[in-house]
Amino acid sequence: MTINTIKELLGAEMLCGNECLDKDVHSACGSDMMSDVLAYVKDQAVLLTGLVNAQVIRTAEMMDMLCVVFVRSKQPSQDMIELAKECGIAVMTTSMRMYDACGILYSNGLNSNG
Amino acid sequence: MADTLTFHYDVDGENFTSAGQASVQVKKNLRQLGFDPETIRRVSIAMYEGEINMVIHAGGGTADVTVDNGYIEIVLSDTGPGIANINQAMQEGFSTAPDNIRTLGFGAGMGLPNMKRYTDYMHIDSVVGEGTTITMRVNY
Repeated sequence: MTINTIKELLGAEMLCGNECLDKDVHSACGSDMMSDVLAYVKDQAVLLTGLVNAQVIRTAEMMDMLCVVFVRSKQPSQDMIELAKECGIAVMTTSMRMYDACGILYSNGLNSNG
Repeated sequence: MADTLTFHYDVDGENFTSAGQASVQVKKNLRQLGFDPETIRRVSIAMYEGEINMVIHAGGGTADVTVDNGYIEIVLSDTGPGIANINQAMQEGFSTAPDNIRTLGFGAGMGLPNMKRYTDYMHIDSVVGEGTTITMRVNY
């Protein structure tokens, strides 16, 4: 599933990484606990989270993730967006809740295993 | 690899926002050295969890990374409170982190288990009241 498809399905607003819209995401992970995210390596993954701090971007970077989606209209700081740009990670925000956002992506074929 | 390479970092214990910067730098260095993505990811995740632990529990510390023949070694040292029961600390879900750390996305009791998960060797030396040194190796 491309990052652009994720954006469309979640009605999300891109905050950075427009140049990554055509990239393929193979798996997804939804969590507010970064150590849980770090426990399971995903290949070319997207992270959905309601947590907003710099460690979200750093965790995504450590895991070589391609995209971070902030749910419930959470807005990352400009510093976080700059960090994501440096790492080449696409960032978007959606008004959907975590459960709904994960459910929509899952039902459209994106699961946790890649 | 003919020569041994070493990198030293001071981990600032005062600033949670900047925690992980040493791991980011190691990741960049290993990438420049041409390591495969899986090895880089294992080293950087294990070190990142260790860095976060030092910031949460020990007020910072030092990180030394050595690229040797066949393995990458990470040594994390702090002069924090030490670990009273290492076997307990290694169990997934066991945590002594304060509640405010959980609101930051950490402190779920996954740090040390994740460090073990991603490395081929891990040894913890800890004395209560004196500090902790963790040595990890990732083979390549």
